[in-house]
Amino acid sequence: MSNQFLWVIFPYVCMAVFVVGHIFRYRNDKFGWTAKSSEFIEKKQLMIGSILFHVGIIPVIAGHIAGLGIPKEWTQALGISDHLYHVGAVYGGGFFGVVTLVGMFILTSRRFTKKNVRQLSSQSDLIVNSLLLFIVFMGVYSSLVTNNLNPGFDYRSSISIWFRSLLIFQPEAAYMTAAPLAFKIHILTGFLIFAMWPFTRLVHVWSVPLNYVGRSYILYRRSPRK
Amino acid sequence: MKIKAQVAMVMNLDKCIGCHTCSVTCKTTWTNREGAEYMWFNNVETKPGIGYPKRWEDQELYKGGWHINKKGKLELKSGSKLSKIALGKIFYNPDMPEMKDYYEPWTYDYEKLTNAAESEHSPVARAKSVVTGEYMDLEWGPNWEDQLAGAHITGPQDPNIVKIEEEIKFNFEQAFMMYLPRLCEHCLNPSCVASCPSGAIYKREEDGIVLVDQEACRGWRYCMTGCPYKKVYFNWKTNKAEKCTFCYPRIESGLPTVCSETCTGRIRYLGVLLYDADRVLEAASTPDEKDLYKAQCSLFLDPSDPEVIEQARKDGISEEWIEAAQNSPVYKLAIEYKLAFPLHPEYRTLPMVWYVPPLSPIMNYFEGKDSIKNPDMIFPAIEEMRIPIQYLANMLTAGDTETVKGALQRMAMMRSYMRAKSSGKDFDNSRLERVELTAHQIEQLYRLLAIAKYEDRFVIPTSHREGHMNAYRAQGSTGYEGSAGHDGMGDYSMGTAESKFSYSGVAANDGCDGCGSATPKKSGKEIYEENFYGGIWRD
Repeated sequence: MSNQFLWVIFPYVCMAVFVVGHIFRYRNDKFGWTAKSSEFIEKKQLMIGSILFHVGIIPVIAGHIAGLGIPKEWTQALGISDHLYHVGAVYGGGFFGVVTLVGMFILTSRRFTKKNVRQLSSQSDLIVNSLLLFIVFMGVYSSLVTNNLNPGFDYRSSISIWFRSLLIFQPEAAYMTAAPLAFKIHILTGFLIFAMWPFTRLVHVWSVPLNYVGRSYILYRRSPRK
Repeated sequence: MKIKAQVAMVMNLDKCIGCHTCSVTCKTTWTNREGAEYMWFNNVETKPGIGYPKRWEDQELYKGGWHINKKGKLELKSGSKLSKIALGKIFYNPDMPEMKDYYEPWTYDYEKLTNAAESEHSPVARAKSVVTGEYMDLEWGPNWEDQLAGAHITGPQDPNIVKIEEEIKFNFEQAFMMYLPRLCEHCLNPSCVASCPSGAIYKREEDGIVLVDQEACRGWRYCMTGCPYKKVYFNWKTNKAEKCTFCYPRIESGLPTVCSETCTGRIRYLGVLLYDADRVLEAASTPDEKDLYKAQCSLFLDPSDPEVIEQARKDGISEEWIEAAQNSPVYKLAIEYKLAFPLHPEYRTLPMVWYVPPLSPIMNYFEGKDSIKNPDMIFPAIEEMRIPIQYLANMLTAGDTETVKGALQRMAMMRSYMRAKSSGKDFDNSRLERVELTAHQIEQLYRLLAIAKYEDRFVIPTSHREGHMNAYRAQGSTGYEGSAGHDGMGDYSMGTAESKFSYSGVAANDGCDGCGSATPKKSGKEIYEENFYGGIWRD
């Protein structure tokens, strides 16, 4: 029963909140939708922390998509042996994971210890920072430590299958029972932050201005006609 | 040719007394809110000095404005569009000023004065940071350099001084001094607009006012870097960009901006200029910096030329606006008499707040010497005062001293002519040829600059937005109505601009927040005149 809650109900609730929350926020609070940068207040630590975190998190997300979304059989069919994939995931993922972790650690310590940054932080900022640091830490711990302690555990034949079962709406909680605790914690807190996402500063991710590159420099606006 | 209209400003620096009334009235109107304490949409700097934020004119530091890149094309000085997104600058903007470059806003611990325990010394209200709430020692603030205070330290770091190669002494006997009131330039080629990756900053087609859409701004802060005048600010409470609005609700109603209305020295002029929008890029791309001023002037069209009028009509400019352009004091001062210059044309933004250079620093030099006996000493003086002239030229004409000298000579000739006329002395009119002005023009100029009647200074056509837009639906897009569309989001409580500026006539005439008839019962001007008894500012 608890399995059913943790690995089926909870993830679905989180994803539902994620989707509905974003629609609600975008329709009702465009004014509050911002990158919420604190660079204006503190610049030196932000430079190191923010660059490390963002440069790390992008490959990490790509790695998650590959690891969770692509079935083992597909990569095997492409001629990538499981061993090769594993080495790539541990070294590549581990490297960017550590980069992300260091960045996140700097950003979090900065947010809590720099007086002016702390003063301008909302509760939501502090929670998001701490939770992200925890999630990143558990992720790095899972892939670098737990994986070595349990050489027999293969997340691609358990967690990944469970995750895809969620996506196709045929959830199979049973695939998660054998997963090590560190992975479980990483996954649950991960879903939690997806549920919080629309109500926090994280919404800036969806505002990455990719269309700026092809835009004309000067924008005119005519007053809206009736 | 595509004709657009721009509401522009001229400031006659010769008459600026540095009283800061413009700054204060602007602040109480627009930026007396949390998160905006440090913002001065309008501020007055004493020059020479490093200004606000510190060394804002140093574009090697802040990378504001435009430059011609290696391929010979106009590009933002802070880098290409791609570099901002792809090279990690979006995670950390290396060229952005910090709060400490402006100043950390503070208040005073006033409570201490009333609740301090009895003691030997009287209690003191210490300065307290508005940001952290902690006590602070004041080391920098707005107007720190007022009246050249500390100029022996900061003066040599003024980027306009750095460009003058010889050593300049900052002692009081030899120093020259002037005031520079600054606000958003509402440029024809605004680099803030070009820098905004969210497309939130825009130039209004009808009057050229540059505004930030508070609902579209995502706080990426490139605009702060992009603006070479450092006149786009970051609100640390709302995390959005804010800037001077050119008091658009007033302009729309045919009223001058707050800074212009309240100027005690009557130094500000507002009027319409017609320009060829198709040639803006070409003018901003002029290869030699020193030609930029002339290139900018070439954009403005003679509003009395029948061809221009015909084209303007075709491009949707109303008769009222064409007529305003014909009577525009800005056209007269900047284009016809060539007395006013754009601030730092070398930034290539084609700024639209123009400055008449001050004669006073030169006059002061002679005061107590020969100026009383022989006022015409001013002419050789203009030639002799190399350093102040070079300084003015570095600010107004990208270093071209001849152009600035020409303007100063015309102003000096006006003084000389009027002095002779009003004291009943003879004046040799052939002298006027030297400055290419006629006696009639000189008298017109005198009326505009010295008498400076309200009606002559401000020629602003109303925009008749009430006729062609639904003000209720347009809420939020012009900057300050941010939260009005959805109550209870944050404490950003400016209200709708329309209802704040209740004399705009459109507001609340039926108590349903602008949703009723969009036809005003009275014109904005009528309501304004009723409310401002007797016209305090009228002559």
